[in-house]
Amino acid sequence: MNLDPFHATFGYDCYHFRPHDLAAPSRSRGTIINNRLIFGTLFVSFFFYSAYVYTVGTEAAHVPPMSDEARRGQQVFQKYNCIACHQFYGLGGYMGPDLTNVISNRGEAYAGAFIAAGTASMPNLGLSPDETSDVVSYLGFVDTTGTYPPKNYEVTWFGWVTQEDDPQ
Amino acid sequence: MIAREHDLIGLNFLRLGMLSLGVGMFFGVIGGFQFLFPDFLQELLFTKTRPIHVSMVVSWIFLAAIGGIYFYLPRQQNLKLWSPVAANIHFWVFIFTGLAILFSYLTGRFGGREYFEFPAALSVPIFFTWIMFGVNYFNTVRKEKEPWPVYYWMWGTGVVFFFITFCEAYLWLIPYFRESMVREIIVQWKSYGALTGSWNMLVYGTAIYVATRISGDKEAARSRMAFSLYFLGLFNLIFGWAHHTYLVPSQTWIRLFAYGVSMTELLILGKILWDWRGSLTEFQKNLHCNAYRFLFAADIWIFINLVLALIISVPAFNLVTHGTHVTVAHSMGSTIGINTMILLSSVFYIIREELSAEVHGVCSGQVRTGFWVSNISLAVFFVALLAAGFGRGLYDGASFQDMATQIRPFMMVFVLSGVTLMLGIWLVLWNAFRLMGMIVSSATSEEVQPEAA
Ligand code: HEC
Repeated sequence: MNLDPFHATFGYDCYHFRPHDLAAPSRSRGTIINNRLIFGTLFVSFFFYSAYVYTVGTEAAHVPPMSDEARRGQQVFQKYNCIACHQFYGLGGYMGPDLTNVISNRGEAYAGAFIAAGTASMPNLGLSPDETSDVVSYLGFVDTTGTYPPKNYEVTWFGWVTQEDDPQ
Repeated sequence: MIAREHDLIGLNFLRLGMLSLGVGMFFGVIGGFQFLFPDFLQELLFTKTRPIHVSMVVSWIFLAAIGGIYFYLPRQQNLKLWSPVAANIHFWVFIFTGLAILFSYLTGRFGGREYFEFPAALSVPIFFTWIMFGVNYFNTVRKEKEPWPVYYWMWGTGVVFFFITFCEAYLWLIPYFRESMVREIIVQWKSYGALTGSWNMLVYGTAIYVATRISGDKEAARSRMAFSLYFLGLFNLIFGWAHHTYLVPSQTWIRLFAYGVSMTELLILGKILWDWRGSLTEFQKNLHCNAYRFLFAADIWIFINLVLALIISVPAFNLVTHGTHVTVAHSMGSTIGINTMILLSSVFYIIREELSAEVHGVCSGQVRTGFWVSNISLAVFFVALLAAGFGRGLYDGASFQDMATQIRPFMMVFVLSGVTLMLGIWLVLWNAFRLMGMIVSSATSEEVQPEAA
């Protein structure tokens, strides 16, 4: 699980400030307008940034388009709530392994067998043969979109990670 | 001090929230056992217990934060709710939607999206009641004549951004998003990051509200410092989310930018350390012993979580910790250690204000026991998750089962401390629920008498 509240850290310790830290010098009208201005600027930038992320920021030209089977497979994946136990790119539930590159690592037949029969720790969810093959082609589609976990990477001096196999 | 009838709406939200937390934790424990013993309770698969757990405990956070707002505005801030009817409708729709979501999980009907594992149609009532809540909130606080204290800003920001990011979480319904894996997953986690940021606006706003009320220092919530921290938080809400997705191939600069933004939180850490020593004597500790206790615990957890959050936001460390139980430790530390402790503080603050005579001297006893049991359990729980997470982080992709066996001892500690955590919180909830019940019944019995009396 990834519920992640530390984006909004303004609350941190605010209730600990001693009055002399906080005593507002004077509440001029200017401060109120400033607050509105800052809020407005951030609010507007949220939309610009979102628009960027929705388009150019997430372009992946090298990825072949989704096939019909993969499309159906995506629905199967959601219908059986596979994400409760599995992850893509490390995001999801942690009971089972990450499935981003399961097809290139283990092959379609192996993945299909797992899904159809289950194991001691993965339940047999009772997918029909069609559903199984659809979900396998969806996993195949996901496999083309990138590499996780990264295999060829370098850590820079400031803690950044550059990935050789990162399509970007 | 007896509550007027329409102040009860907030109390209803709070009590429903407590119920939801109590039951939700129970499903968390069942899920924990299923992690250890995959055959445990086969009738109720992990695909069901996990979303029940998540939805119910998240409901607690929302219900308690919203309940506080519905209560504090009319009762303590002299701002009559713009529409008590809308607030009541909000309450009942919440109950019925919640029941429908539970039913869909139990019968195995899933939407199958992380955190929104219920069918998408059930979001429609949430969407509409949220608009109602927002309209009600802004029309109520608009009547405030003074400049808004920071918590009105924070609550308002939480209301607005929750709405936006909730919509964003459903962009996947459009093929343009759904059919591009990278876009799909980035937009999904962008929305989740900001969504959590929004509920934190609601919760941290509550923390500041309770703290300024207890200390009696109203100006603190209007100071420049309070606003600076608020805006820094908003900045993080908007731009910091991409540290969830360092390893998803989006544009590199989005990821670098998020790294930079995440590190601004160091400023806050510095501030905490700076204020640490002198800060504790200011509260009227004894008068509000329970509220104070829980705020104090939240503060310790803020510190612990911030250190962990900063570490795992460094991409080099994130490489090892991403997709492991370290992330779970972070989210449990935040949702239980910070959010739940703050909201329990709010609950006990209300109890103390409304029931002075009855709770006189309740500084020791069951609430204190529950407080310590739950916090110590949470500490063990947290460490066990970190240990399990590092075990998983070192997994080389060979045998998943071998890795699972290796981290099993930690998972056992995790589940056992989860049980005692639940018992500790139950003890607190039981008392809080009962005491709030006393407020409610005194309010309803007052109704019998004429208003003028
Ligand atoms: C209750 C949790 C759970 C659910 C739900 C679940 N899985 Fe699994 N899955 C596991 C576990 C645990 C393993 C590892 C099993 C093992 O190694 O014996 C696994 C393994 C796999 C593997 C093999 C991966 C590998 O690297 O070896 C595939 C493929 C897979 N699951 C696909 C799916 C699909 C598709 C769904 C949904 C239809 C699904 N799983 C639902 C728990 C689950």
